[in-house]
Amino acid sequence: MFQYTDFDHRFVRERAEQFRGQVSRRLSGELSEEQFKPLRLMNGVYLQLHAYMLRVNIPYGQLSSAQMRKLAHIARTYDRGYGHFTTRQNVQFNWPKLKDIPDILNELADVEMHAIQSSGNCIRNVTADHFSGVAADEVTDPRIYAEIVRRWSTLHPEFTYLPRKFKIALSGSDADRAAVYFHDIGLILQNNDDGETGFKVLVGGGQGRTPMKGRVVKDFLRWPDLLSYLEAVLRVYNLIGRRDNKYKARIKILLHETGLEELKALIDREWCFTKKTVGPVTERDIADIQSRLVLPEYGPVDEGGVAKTETAKAENPDFAHWLKSNTHDHKRDGYRIVTLSLKPTGGIPGDLTADQMDQVADLADRFSLGEMAVSHEQNIVFPHVKQSALFELWTDLQNIDLATANIGRIGDIISCPGMDYCALATTRSIPVARRISENFAELDRQHDIGEIRVKISGCINACGHHHVGDIGLLGVDRRGEEYYQLSLGGKIGSDSAIGTIIGPAFSTDEVVDAVEAVIETYLELRQTDETFSDAVERLGLAPFKARLYPENFHDAA
Amino acid sequence: MTLLENGKIIDDEWAFVSPSGPLPTGGHVVVDVERLQREHSDVLALNGPLALFIENDQDLSVVADDIHRFDMIVLNFPVYTDGRAYSQARQLRWNYDFKGKIRARGDILCDQFSLLARSGFDVLEVQPQVTPEIYDQAVTEISGAYQV
Repeated sequence: MFQYTDFDHRFVRERAEQFRGQVSRRLSGELSEEQFKPLRLMNGVYLQLHAYMLRVNIPYGQLSSAQMRKLAHIARTYDRGYGHFTTRQNVQFNWPKLKDIPDILNELADVEMHAIQSSGNCIRNVTADHFSGVAADEVTDPRIYAEIVRRWSTLHPEFTYLPRKFKIALSGSDADRAAVYFHDIGLILQNNDDGETGFKVLVGGGQGRTPMKGRVVKDFLRWPDLLSYLEAVLRVYNLIGRRDNKYKARIKILLHETGLEELKALIDREWCFTKKTVGPVTERDIADIQSRLVLPEYGPVDEGGVAKTETAKAENPDFAHWLKSNTHDHKRDGYRIVTLSLKPTGGIPGDLTADQMDQVADLADRFSLGEMAVSHEQNIVFPHVKQSALFELWTDLQNIDLATANIGRIGDIISCPGMDYCALATTRSIPVARRISENFAELDRQHDIGEIRVKISGCINACGHHHVGDIGLLGVDRRGEEYYQLSLGGKIGSDSAIGTIIGPAFSTDEVVDAVEAVIETYLELRQTDETFSDAVERLGLAPFKARLYPENFHDAA
Repeated sequence: MTLLENGKIIDDEWAFVSPSGPLPTGGHVVVDVERLQREHSDVLALNGPLALFIENDQDLSVVADDIHRFDMIVLNFPVYTDGRAYSQARQLRWNYDFKGKIRARGDILCDQFSLLARSGFDVLEVQPQVTPEIYDQAVTEISGAYQV
């Protein structure tokens, strides 16, 4: 975990007090709602359908047990006893009172957290691979560079009033778990042939109503050049990004309109200047940040941990399923990365009650050296679990309903909050997620279906990432009736792709059966060990269309 | 409107020349880019201090050759959420090494003072009720920065 410097501490306190002043100016009428809006957004405060909502940053998803307990306390004291973990590794409280929010920000500052720039047309909270620091496949720990970007982007004087929001994500390797191809800037750490560390830089990715995969603007950016280059990209975007239409204001549209080569040339021209003015990231900066990143002290590994787990696995098929889907390779022998599923059958994806938060914090202390990470898939990761303790952890997680063995399976559904909360949504995505989850409740079947990502957005803004789901569902409103458009073949990672809409939308009553039909088609046609994603790639959409729209298909044929 | 220079109230000595009006013979004159381009030698031959008003969608490279002839550059915020002029100010200071004054006009809230000062602005057109105390509070309520 990172530990704040004295400067960080002072900064978040002062920012909370600054916001207290802004809130009181709003409450006194000195600021109109129109004037207040951008200010509150940059402190994470939205006005939703029924109430204000506070979005709290969890930088690169990293959370300590003390921080989790504070979130529980906030949920209990200022909200209705729960919080919602989001696809941007943040947590949202849905029912705070505006007048309480400065106090909540102060409570967060007690545990080195804040809500700065969790919304607004500015550089948003930086996200990174949720397995950062422990993934067996990572080149370098991306948190070091994520922290450099966090500091640089926080209240940047030049980039606080951009044309639109701006999201930056980092991945420690090509095994992209952070959806870096779908961010305004994606940074993939890599080593070149000389052993130097640097980044592949992607620009112009995004989802929303115009989904686009990021394009490579630098094959290899040396790490000392990170901030001067980011500064150049942001300056070009700030100056010439469109401001006439908020739906065309993201950098992906600028890239689309200027073309890749022209945009690269503009960035490089500005980079000549920023290289001199921003200056390089230095070894000293890195050392300073590294000293703040307190790595956990791994104790001695228990002998026989693997054997113990194997025995329990043989005796308990549910545990075996969980091991397979909910644990991943750790870079240290004797440890596993464990994912707690916030997707219980029929539950609301990403929600935790205050009691669960406290229980999770206790378990993190016992089993994960007090550390956690929030994934963009809306789950909680325990990064440091001893192999020998897996069965015990699994048993305890079952008691609080967080041991569903469905990570990366069809029950691990990503969903936006939808019309139950969101002022933008046009459909109720959460109930659809719950019904799909119930339809596929049986774990044996989920594991037979294998790796698959179902992602649901309640409107065209695509907060549920439906464009990159193996099965994506987009809710659309038709004269007051909710319909869902199905797309297949989306994915994140180095072979990122945007899903293709399969055909006419299904009513809310039909949509679960449609997903069932897609799965049955896959099960009938798959080859040995072929994942859903590979099968869709091999087969194309035709067999799925034939199953879903038999009449139309015959007409067309 | 109150005019602040580094937080102190100052008199506004400058006259913005209307785009269609005649060019004065001297004094503290602010001309726009179109005028500069149209009456280039006349503008640069004016007596007395000279300032240039640059719209926020103007690429600075167009006026790069003349920038150092001006004592002040005026940049515009049509609404406070339109932040293009922050980048223009930084380009003036950093890319063009402009040493004169940079003045902000338009929709400016006290919540922007600190960002403006840090981006290179030294003269701000602010709402009449703004006092030097309000300015000081606004630029010191967050006492440091992560960036240069």
